[in-house]
Amino acid sequence: MSYEFDFADVFAAWPELLQGLVNSLVLSALAMAIGMVVALAGALGTTSGPKPLRWAIHGYIELIRNTPFLVQIFLIFFGLPALGMRLSSNTAALLALVVNVGAYGIEIIRAGIESIQKGQIEAGRSLGLRPLQIFRLIILKPAIQAIYPSLTSQFILLMLNSSVCSAIAANELTAVAGDIQSRTFRSFEVYFIVTCMYFGMSVFFWTMFAAIERTFLRKPTR
Amino acid sequence: MRQLGPNDIIFILAAVRWTLVLSLAAFLGGAIGGVLVALARTSEFRWLRLPATGYIKIFQGTPLLMQLFLAFFVPGLFGWSVNPWTAAALGLSLHASAFLGEIWRGAIENVPRGQWEAATSLGLRYAPKMALVIAPQAVRIAIPPTIGFLVQLIKGTSLASIIGFVELTRAAQVINNATFRPFTIFALVALVYFLVCWPLSAYSKRMERKLLVASR
Repeated sequence: MSYEFDFADVFAAWPELLQGLVNSLVLSALAMAIGMVVALAGALGTTSGPKPLRWAIHGYIELIRNTPFLVQIFLIFFGLPALGMRLSSNTAALLALVVNVGAYGIEIIRAGIESIQKGQIEAGRSLGLRPLQIFRLIILKPAIQAIYPSLTSQFILLMLNSSVCSAIAANELTAVAGDIQSRTFRSFEVYFIVTCMYFGMSVFFWTMFAAIERTFLRKPTR
Repeated sequence: MRQLGPNDIIFILAAVRWTLVLSLAAFLGGAIGGVLVALARTSEFRWLRLPATGYIKIFQGTPLLMQLFLAFFVPGLFGWSVNPWTAAALGLSLHASAFLGEIWRGAIENVPRGQWEAATSLGLRYAPKMALVIAPQAVRIAIPPTIGFLVQLIKGTSLASIIGFVELTRAAQVINNATFRPFTIFALVALVYFLVCWPLSAYSKRMERKLLVASR
């Protein structure tokens, strides 16, 4: 192996890399927050909406799940302006992530709604629990327990997927890597460091989500 | 700029064959790697389990796009120059090995404990036990999630366009740069992906439901 590693140029660009990391996190968190609102609305629509609405939502879910995110983002960033809707690359990236995670979120939230058992609510009432207690202990907590694992892994998937937004030059970590690479020609070094940064974020979130689950969402042991 | 003509549409549609060839190559490579990862992951030896777990975590914890970039640049460190096709096939195979390995580990561990004990008490060694008793039962459990992952993989091949491999998405970009009809072109491309992926998704979902009923 005759290659000489040179990480100096990459490390010198640490403020840019850090900014990219922060931007990726903000983008992912925003997309997740808005996406969950979309998902909640969609889940309510599929469980209790009129038939045409249900079909439309199912069509949306299938369409998103069976097409690549890269094509979705191109359609939004390049396609919408052709229909008269001009978006900046950051807005287009956020919109694409919201549309994408919304579709996956609907299925997750619907599973949460379906995990609530009517008999349990009646049991709670007959035990003399107040309505707020019933909502908190019998509806909300079990539903969150049921969807927590898929919701958190969906967030990590979203965070990793956000790297694709570099394809439309949105302002996130992978795009920063591309900038540094084109300036320093240290392709391997840049992508290696950035890959480690993504892995660091994943490990951080895995650990944090597991700690939250252990602390707040422990199920009673039988 | 020129008009979007029938030849352009044919060029885009024909490029789907490279998406399919790349998906197939990555799936085959990933199946070989995935069997090794799954066996290592379920092994009784710690020194096999640990590296397999690490391998899975690394690929689950980094973006596929980064994996493809590294598959493109790492061989260069050893003085091998790879073209986009090789890099994409290599990167996607390594990616698929990790995910299929994890799916198949789950399937292997889902085979009831009694089956393992029965096979052992019949005097079967590791290889015949795995091949004759465990694998046939694990395969049934593994089919729906494996097909589900195949859909992920087919969608993932679109990222090969970013490292310069001309498949469906890249072909669409090339035509769009010349004709600038982005909405029509990318909607067409989305439709092609949908027609490839949707039957697989539907099949996987149906099989899953069948297994669920059978296990009740």
